[in-house]
Amino acid sequence: MLAQYVVNGLLMGGLYACLAVGFALVWGVLNIVNMLHGSMVVLGAYFCLVGVQQLGLPLYAVAPAVCIVLFAFGYVIQRGLLNRVITQPILITLTLTFGLELIVNNVILNVFSATPRSLAVNLGTLDVWGMRIPMVRIVGMLVAVFLTLLLYWLLRHSKMGRAIIAVRMDRHAAALMGIRIPQIYALTFGIGALMAGAAGCAMALIYPVTPMMSGVFLGKAFVICVLGGLGSVPGAIIGGLVLGLVEGLGTLTLGPQWATSVGFILMMAVIIVFPSGIAGKKGYE
Amino acid sequence: MIFDRPAIIKLVVGVALFMGAAIAGGLLDNYQLQVGTSLAMLSVLCMGWNITGGYMGYPMLGMAAFFGLGCYIDAIAQVAGIPVVAAWLLATAGGALTAALLGLALLRLKGHYFAIGTIAIVEVLREVSNNWESLTGGAVGLNVPILQGDPETVGRFFYLAMASLALLAFLITIVIDRSRFGFGLRCIRQNEQAASMVGIDVFRYKVAAFMLSGALGSTAGAVYASMVAFIEPKDAFSLIMTIEVAVMTMLGGMGTIFGPLAGAVFFVVLREFVWANFINWHSGILGLIVVIVIYFVPGGLFGTNWKALFRRAARPRASVRSQPAL
Repeated sequence: MLAQYVVNGLLMGGLYACLAVGFALVWGVLNIVNMLHGSMVVLGAYFCLVGVQQLGLPLYAVAPAVCIVLFAFGYVIQRGLLNRVITQPILITLTLTFGLELIVNNVILNVFSATPRSLAVNLGTLDVWGMRIPMVRIVGMLVAVFLTLLLYWLLRHSKMGRAIIAVRMDRHAAALMGIRIPQIYALTFGIGALMAGAAGCAMALIYPVTPMMSGVFLGKAFVICVLGGLGSVPGAIIGGLVLGLVEGLGTLTLGPQWATSVGFILMMAVIIVFPSGIAGKKGYE
Repeated sequence: MIFDRPAIIKLVVGVALFMGAAIAGGLLDNYQLQVGTSLAMLSVLCMGWNITGGYMGYPMLGMAAFFGLGCYIDAIAQVAGIPVVAAWLLATAGGALTAALLGLALLRLKGHYFAIGTIAIVEVLREVSNNWESLTGGAVGLNVPILQGDPETVGRFFYLAMASLALLAFLITIVIDRSRFGFGLRCIRQNEQAASMVGIDVFRYKVAAFMLSGALGSTAGAVYASMVAFIEPKDAFSLIMTIEVAVMTMLGGMGTIFGPLAGAVFFVVLREFVWANFINWHSGILGLIVVIVIYFVPGGLFGTNWKALFRRAARPRASVRSQPAL
């Protein structure tokens, strides 16, 4: 029984990592808490649903297309709107992204309606040591983890990735080294949106999605980022797994209705005890 | 405390406004009373938020937490048989106490962390009120005993109660604006370290400001709960409200005396006349307002230097271009 909950938690944790990694990247590099993130996840999920169910395209073709569309969406939003206020105080950027989130979410709600929708793919279940694990969850988690690790690798080994890291470390020094800051900001935001879209596709495979879930996704992203440490990509992976585990165990011991609260209370505790998070470095504010 | 002539004029104008509103209360019909009451409530929340968010400059997004807390304290107290006004006072004390305890932990955080910490309080309290069924009635909600009397009189009573609370909040704002305490808060907004260096007890100031915000929010919630006589978690702890309050104050001008009031008035007028026609686009329009405010009037109505703005707009464009480059 315990093992089942632990495995469920870890599988969920992989998805959570993918969900939060874009959010963490944007937070770390742009110093913006992107309240739009939850809606971008929902947007990804709905595009995926439309592509598969209404247009009848295969999933492996739809998912990359969704990612590209969201990348463009994020790039444009950053370039057109956020870039103008990026140096403003936190309250301004945070409220602005929340305003955008209200607009996007309202549009999604009016276009797709509030009925929960799901891809409902059934790939059978895997029975190991008395545990029942749906295959589709494993696939969703593997894809999510693969993308997260790919992003991590790209940040460390590609020229663009190094530029992003450089901007995160010190934007003025990076500008002096010839890095075009607005370009990098827009790219980073685009990548954040892309990861949100990917997480949305994976979510649509596993859970029924409604536009109202954007707040839930955003809440998870918050908790994970705080747990893992601000703006750190490996931190988001650790935080995601920790949150998945904690929620799994919380469901087991306290009942499912408390699972979300356990996550938030854990976050409050971490925020107060050590504000730089589990894997975070000091100095990012 | 420095009360120079502009401050006295503001005080007189403000008090006259509230007196006018109180007298007008006798003439309004039921619908107008309702709008008036909700306007007064939002002004209280905005003025409460303005202390922490405006004067002190901390990105507080937890006003709904105190509001909801006040709702529940009032409801539970009234169900237990405590009279209305005593329940409100209890909510005030509860709000201040909770704010003090939370403030001790949260006010050590800065920037994003503070913002997220305060949002998380709203979320946690909503979950608690959802799940603690024996105390709060859970997701089903909680009925508050309805005040005896005919609806007209009761409506007028709540209108006057809310307006008096707004007047109290206004007086608190004006005292803060003109006092040493407010000066300290403004110093904290500009540079916390420098503020502590010139001898301001930064942490105590911060906790005090947070407590004032909490007490005002909680009292407004208590009056609201008694008025609507039914509360549920998603109503009491609403994330939309927590942002709305910040946006309204921004619209009016953060850290100004009349800003929160003007923002609330503008917002309520917009809500009654525009949103009523676009039921499905409620939150979308709110989002649009947010974006417009941030791009075009970031200082708000009372925080923007309109004179300079007009002067710049009046100046012919060519002269701007002919200025030497820096």
